[in-house]
Order: sequence, then C-alpha cells, then structure tokens
Amino acid sequence: MADTGLVETLLQRVEKVDGGLDSQDVATSLGVDHQAIVGAVKSLQALGDVISAEQRSSKHWELTGEGCEIAEQGSHEARVVSSIPKEGMPQSQLMKLAFGKVGFSKAMSNKWIRLDKGHEGGPRIFKTVERLEDLVRDKLLLVQKGQASQLEEKEKNELKKRKLLSEVTVKSYWITKGSCFSTTITKQETELTPEMIASGSWKEKKFKPYNFEAMGVAPDCGHLHPLMKVRTQFRQIFLEMGFTEMPTNNFIESSFWNFDSLFQPQQHPARDQHDTFFLSDPAQAHEFPQDYLERVRKVHSEGGFGSQGYKYDWKIEEAQKNILRTHTTAVSARMLYKLAQQEKFTPVKYFSIDRVFRNETLDATHLAEFHQIEGVVADYGLTLGDLMGILHQFFNKLGITKLRFKPAYNPYTEPSMEVFSYHEGLKKWVELGNSGVFRPEMLLPMGLPEGVTVIAWGLSLERPTMIKYGINNIRELVGHKVNLQMVYDSPVCRLDS
Amino acid sequence: MPTVSVKRDLLFHALGRTYTDEEFDELCFEFGLELDEITSEKDIISREQGDTKAEGASDVILYKIDVPANRYDLLCLEGLVRGLQVFKQKMEAPRYRRVSPVSSEPQRLVITEETTAVRPHAVAAVLRNITFTQERYDSFIELQEKLHQNVCRKRTLVAIGTHDLDTISGPFTYTAKPPGDIRFKPLNQAKEYTAQELMSLYKTDSHLRHYLHIIEDKPVYPVIYDSNGIVLSMPPIINGDHSKISLNTKNVFIECTATDLTKAKIVLDMMVTMFFQATELAYRKETLSADFINRKVGISESTEHIAQLLTKMCLRSEVMSDGEQIEVEIPPTRSDVIHACDIMEDAAMAYGFNNIPRTTPRTYTVANQLPLNKLSELLRQDLAAAGFTEALTFALCSQEDIADKLLKNISETRACHISNPKTAEFQVARTTLLSGLLKTVAANRKMPLPLRLFEISDVVLKDETKDVGARNNRRLCAVYYNKSPGFEVIHGLMDRVMQLLEVKPGQGNGYHIQAADDSTFFPGRCAEIFARGKSIGRLGVLHPDVINRFELTMPCSALDIDIEPFM
Repeated sequence: MADTGLVETLLQRVEKVDGGLDSQDVATSLGVDHQAIVGAVKSLQALGDVISAEQRSSKHWELTGEGCEIAEQGSHEARVVSSIPKEGMPQSQLMKLAFGKVGFSKAMSNKWIRLDKGHEGGPRIFKTVERLEDLVRDKLLLVQKGQASQLEEKEKNELKKRKLLSEVTVKSYWITKGSCFSTTITKQETELTPEMIASGSWKEKKFKPYNFEAMGVAPDCGHLHPLMKVRTQFRQIFLEMGFTEMPTNNFIESSFWNFDSLFQPQQHPARDQHDTFFLSDPAQAHEFPQDYLERVRKVHSEGGFGSQGYKYDWKIEEAQKNILRTHTTAVSARMLYKLAQQEKFTPVKYFSIDRVFRNETLDATHLAEFHQIEGVVADYGLTLGDLMGILHQFFNKLGITKLRFKPAYNPYTEPSMEVFSYHEGLKKWVELGNSGVFRPEMLLPMGLPEGVTVIAWGLSLERPTMIKYGINNIRELVGHKVNLQMVYDSPVCRLDS
Repeated sequence: MPTVSVKRDLLFHALGRTYTDEEFDELCFEFGLELDEITSEKDIISREQGDTKAEGASDVILYKIDVPANRYDLLCLEGLVRGLQVFKQKMEAPRYRRVSPVSSEPQRLVITEETTAVRPHAVAAVLRNITFTQERYDSFIELQEKLHQNVCRKRTLVAIGTHDLDTISGPFTYTAKPPGDIRFKPLNQAKEYTAQELMSLYKTDSHLRHYLHIIEDKPVYPVIYDSNGIVLSMPPIINGDHSKISLNTKNVFIECTATDLTKAKIVLDMMVTMFFQATELAYRKETLSADFINRKVGISESTEHIAQLLTKMCLRSEVMSDGEQIEVEIPPTRSDVIHACDIMEDAAMAYGFNNIPRTTPRTYTVANQLPLNKLSELLRQDLAAAGFTEALTFALCSQEDIADKLLKNISETRACHISNPKTAEFQVARTTLLSGLLKTVAANRKMPLPLRLFEISDVVLKDETKDVGARNNRRLCAVYYNKSPGFEVIHGLMDRVMQLLEVKPGQGNGYHIQAADDSTFFPGRCAEIFARGKSIGRLGVLHPDVINRFELTMPCSALDIDIEPFM
C-alpha cells in the first residue's frame, strides 16, 4: 500500500476537479516523484471503482546536461566571441578554455571570428562582430520553458544531434472519479474467513474482486490412459449386448491353437518368421487334446467333414511351436473347443479385447503389438445376414451407422467380409475391421454339432482410438514414449458422440 | 494380399468397355477386389528415383489391384478379365479341355528316385499353338513371378520353368545329381557353368540370391534333361538358356517341381488355364441344395436363381431333376473351392453382400465379465483417484530392460525368450511392469514433478504346469519420481490398495511388510509385502544404479504386486 497520506491527498485533489487530473501534473504540483503518485493510483485501483485511471503516454523534449549549461551561460560559440578581447587572443590560449574547441569551429563557421595564422607570436584570433544573436541559446530557453512546440522539427533534431536536447516519453495516468468514489479509503478483503462468518463482519467488508479471466488451479489427480478408456467403452458395449468375456490372459500360444485349429495351413505366410514371433524358450507346447489333434491333422492333410482339405503332409512339429499369439482368435478356438465338449450345446456370445503380436515392419501406425477387439456368436442356424445385422448393432453403438461389406479372404472364415464405414470427415469409405463365418473344417473337428454356425468379427483398438483422439503417431499413444501431457488432457470417452 | 498391376486401357479393351475410376472401383469392391492405386510407370520411377530418372518413361496409366491371397486365378490380366466378364455376365465361364497332340504321342516327364532327397515332386504340361504378343508375353512372365511369390512361397514349395518345346525333345527326365556333375549354359549367360559355380555366381544376384538357400545345403541338386541331355532347368534356381521362350515361341513346355504336390498341381493348372487356347482339365463336381445356400446366407432365392448366381462366379451350375439340388462344376482355376461353404460364399458375393437383409439373431445369453479383468478395471479407477496416472507399456522388451537395468540376472527372471526378434526391443516378454514405467518416466522428464505412474497389466512367466510352458500374471506396478524418494507415498498407495482389496493391516489374515533384500532396490530401503500369509510383491526405493541405467536423475520409489491372489 502506498503512503496513506499521499493517497488521501490525491483523492482530495480528484474530488476538487470537474474532469480529471494528469498524474504528472499532480507530481509536479505536490513536488513528489511521479512514481509515488503512480503507486497511489495502483493501490486505489486495487480497491475497486474508487477512481478510474487511464494510462497515457506523451513525448516531450528535455534539455540535456550540456543543454542546460548553454541555456544558462550561452552557446559555446557565443562564449568564445565574448571572451576574445579587442586586441585578439592567441589560438593556443583559446583552446585551453572549456568551451574553446567546439566554440572555435562553430564561431568560425558563423564567421564571428577570424584566424591570423601568420601573426607574430603564433596564430591569433580576432572577433569580427561586436553583437551577436545567440540562436542556440534562445532555442534551448524556449524548450526549457516548455515551449518546444514553437521550434521546427528540423531545429529540434539538429539540437538533438548536438546532444543538447533529448526526446523523452512520459507515462502518466489520467485520473477521474470512479463509480464508488470516496475520499476515505476502506481496505478490501481478499477472502472470506471463518472469523468473518462467526462475527458477521463480512457484512461491512468490501471484497477484492476476482479475476475471472484467469485459469483455475489444476486439480491434483491421476488420469486414466486414453486407450484404456476406449477399451472400457468397448467392453461396456459388449456387455450391454450380452457378450461374455473370454480369458485372454495367455500371450504365449502354441501354433496349434493359433493356426492349426483354425484350419490355417502350415505353409501359410502368416506362419513365417517374418510375420510371427516364435519362442526359443519355452520353444514347444507339450500338451494337446490327442483325439482332437488327430482330427485336425486329418482335415488339413486328407480333408473330411465335407472338405477336400489342403492335401499336404501335416506335421505335429509345426503345431507344437510356441509363438506370441497373432490374434485373440486362438482363445476363441480354445473356447469353442471347450464349448463342444459340453454334454449339450448351449448358444454363446463371447468377446475379448487384449494384446496380439506381429513381427512386422514398424511405422507410424503399426507396432509389434496391438489390442484386438473380437466378438464371437455361436448358435444353430445363424446366417450371413445375422452377422451383418449384429455388426450393424455393434457399430451403431459406436455412432457408426453407414456400413458396407466387401468380400475378402481369410483362411478360417468363409464367407469373409471386410467392414467399411463412410467417414464423414475424410469423405470416403474406411476399413473398420474383418468379419466372417468360421469354416466347417474348423468347427466340426472340435465336435460342435453340424447345424451350429459361428460368426465372428475383429478390429483393432488402436485405430478407432487414434481417430477419436486425433493422434497420428501410434507411439505417442502406446508404449513408454507416450506424451503424458496428452494423457493428462484427454477427455472422457463417449464413443457414440 | 498380392497386387496385380495392369495397363488400364488394355484392361478396358479386354473388358469391351471403359469405366470411370469410380465405376471401376465400385466393380472391384463388389467382386472382392480393391483398386489400390492409379499410377503410371513414370510416376513410380519418379517417386522412387526422382524426376530426372523418370524422363522418357511410359505414362500409360496403370491400375494396381489388390487380389485376395487365395485367388491365384486373378493374378494376371487374362484371369482378371475372365473373372470380371463372367461376373458381369458378359461371357460364359470358359471350358478347359485337355487334348492329345494330333501328330504325336503326349510328352512324358520321368521322375527318378534321386529327387526324393531334395525336391520330390514334378508335374508338367504343354501349351500348344500359342501366339504371344509383347503384352501377352509380359503377362505370361509376370504371372510366373506372381505365382512364385505367393502360392509357391518364394519357390520353396513350387518352382515353375517354361521352355520352347520346339528347341528340345522328350521324353524328359527329372533327376538330382551332385552339384559338380551338373553343367550347362544358364539363362542369359554366355558360357557354361557347373552348378557349384552357378551358386557362387548368383550369390550377388539381387533376384536369384534369395532362392539359393532352398537347395544350397543338399547333397544333390534337382535338374531336368531332355532326351539329348540338354539341361532345361536346375529348379528352383534357373532355367537353361537353350530352351528359353521368346515372342516367336509356339509351343510351351511347362514344368513345376515341388516339395508339395497339391500346390504343384494348382500352379500348373493356373499357368495352363490362364493362357489356354484349347485344353481340357479335370473338373470336380459338387452337389448342394438351394436350401443350404439360402439358410447359410439368410436369403430365400429360387434354385434356378442360385444356379445362375453361381454360374456368374465361374462355377457352372445346373438345377438337378428334383428341382432342389444344384450340381456345381468347379473348374481347375478355382483351387480355393474346397468345401460347400466356399460355393455358398460365391453365391453370396454374386447376390451382393450389401443386398442381403440384415437380421438380428435370437441368441439369448447373459453377459459375464472375466473376474480378473473386472477387478483390474475397478482398481484402475481407484488408483487414478489416488493421484496416479495410468501408463500403457509394451509387453515385449529387451533382456537388458528386465535384467541388467534392474540389476538382476536374466536367468533368475523366468523370462520367455523370442527366437526371431528383428531388434533387441523384442527379445523377451516382460517379467515385470517396472521397466516399462521407468522408461515412461524417462521419456517424460520434461513434465513437472512429482511423476506418479501406475499400470495394471500382464507379465509373462515360464510355468511348466501349463500346456505351452508359460503363463500370464496380472500385476499392479506404481512408481513415484520426485526430488525426494517418497517411500511414504508409495507405502501409502500400498495401504490404499490393501484397503480397496479389503485386507486389513496385521499378521495372519491381514497384510504386513518386512525388510527384504532385492538388488533392484537401495539396500535397507526395500520391503516384501505379505497378504494373508503369502508374499505378493515388493516396495521400496530404487537403487541409484537402476535410476542411472534408465537415464533418470531423481530418486524414485516403486511398488510391484501380484493381484491374482485376490481373486
């Protein structure tokens, strides 16, 4: 708080005038430093609308130290002339005077003096005029009296060049009465306190206004990861549709369950070193349902169940190879096999969302591991129309209504369909995922009844999340290079809006 | 998915009409193809090698079309056109017939014992009276290459050789000999080489070097001779120069040598049927009912209409006398049809997937969550509420991440090892969530302190009792990273987790911690956590060397527990 006396004096001055006051003028007339007045203005402003102060800035000319000297004693050249007696003065003597050097050249160019170089006893200076008009001094005096406006710009600039004048910017306030003007000051409270509430003193107090423009203090809290938020939503959708979650907590799978049980032939490119991570330790799986394994061998190598088979030499060694599962469909196969071992078949709807692994080339949208979302329905008499109907309902819950289906190839589904949706933003059809009807060569060896159809679909969790949160590089979303600020800032996830 | 590149104008000429790009895209979609890219040779060169190189290259427009991986019959212009024309009912599915030569006996290929040691199967055929134009010739060569890359699995399963029959004379012999005993002038070379010399010659050949490994280590190499001892080819590496085909070739001898006989037959059928002029091959017949198709697809079409739909897909079909059954003829080009469900798919495609009414199955089921996932979901919410932020780290990492950097020996980690990682980042499946969290901290050092992170996810451990010898383990890990270690913060979080899991402090049925030695932690600053009498994990202040190895600078405390005992 500025000096209370000064603040009050200022208020009294403001009260007296009709219009307003300039803070510079107040400072001059009170004979105090302008900064003190500025301080008083600031502290009054903090009290609310006691006064209103508008900042102004003006430029004006001021004499420099040298300029002040000249205004007082005359210009250097005039002082040179007045110090030279009638009989002249040796140049060397003149040069010893403080103003000698500058004054000499100026007086010479004004032709107020002359130099006799050949004079006996050395060069001597004589004055050539008796009376002179010291214009420089006159101009500076005008400026000193605050009448700088009478000078032309050119003249002021010339004096500035001679370092006699300088232009200064003055900031000041134009002070007028505010809507709550009063000459007495009450101190404003910053916050309501328990004491004020207890005593009721808050009724008399004035409170400092809040700055509603500023941001609040961020709450000190933890955050959920955006991909996991989207996972929660997909889980919710499946649960709403009556799907039961599959136990997908087994990243390591045998080739048997990952490929062979799905009627994926052993020479299929997906089973290459280039596409799949194989394990060196534990390298092999050692336990399989033997009679089922035999039926799988047979359907691959010889056919059966209405199939020609692939007619190749099926090897147990290939089936034993342990891998990091390439899809969660390996778990679906285990679940369907388990279902087939029930005494009586019961219809099921299964889902899972979990990690799968591909030994692929990595880029901005592909990582070696990602989350697969999978849905499976098994019942008597399901049709391709049912699969499209259920996909329609599923994607509707994600807010996607325009779907179309493209024939595709997949070793374990027939028919196979790629699901496309029309993206309003991109103005084109984009691929959402894959779907199909599991082949009889996969289901019948498991022991499922002949009339049972199993429909399924899958998509990645990362892709819809990247679209939803506008992320272009998958590494910013998944893995340790995640941008935590992005995690902190990410909104709640509502997939249908 | 293989991509076939065809000249647009040539394609339209063969289809007998032009399409706009959009119309053609639409046609592809219906037929299960994808118009991947519209480009030209000039575009491709300028994109890959710069504009200057592209100068003078052809700007004839090319369509690049993605073909499903099992449709080998669509891998060349001829096959594509045939498929699309029949689909649009512009032509009938062609009949493939085998004919005997008018003036001579059929050719023979004799396979000798010795081949069993290296490449036991071979099949062959002759295409007679062919006329090659430059385009047709290019397409013929291109088809071989496409088949080699796809169904032939880069020549490992099948290798194709094509020869000008008029330069050689049968019967032919497919045998295998020690590499030193094979000597001939290979395709486009000026002199003769032994097989050994060829293998070293091709070591530097950008194309052929990829196939050398197939026979390199074998005691004998496969070779095909004609009756005069001329070498036709040394499969799967190179043909002889003597019998090479040219634009003037009239009769082509095609041989396919293989390690898989079924695939060899498929490939030979493709080569022959795509360039047939008059041949007849084995057709298979399948009988199925219209009702089967209607039930599986979810439509109700007449038997006649379904037969028409199938015929549109190159599967010539006839309604049988009972009016219910359909006899479907599967041409040799459609090796993908191995079950009635494949025929059903073709009917659905011809009907148009998008014309099938979308229905809701009446399957009634009650949803259940996996209990472990249910618990994880609930804990995640409460850990975030406790002020910790969720991280999501990779399940695969380097050995260093889970061992050296945590001051552990890899042998004590029970880690599962990957045999074919492309980089060190994929050497093992993680055995702890801690390294992922510390790497997350390291990547976010610019963020204001303290950093409080957690993750609830699976690690993988070797486990002999499981069929695959390994199992997942659901763990909860949290770190606190600040200017002071904050053991009390991480301890408080552990207390909170126990509270959430309804375990009270205390020995016996409750939980307690006791001092433990663990190389990852600062000596004297680590405790083991016991809940209901069982050790479930550790907490403590990390060892300064661990901090350094993860390129961190501040003290850090961590909590790592197994949540499966709470199920």
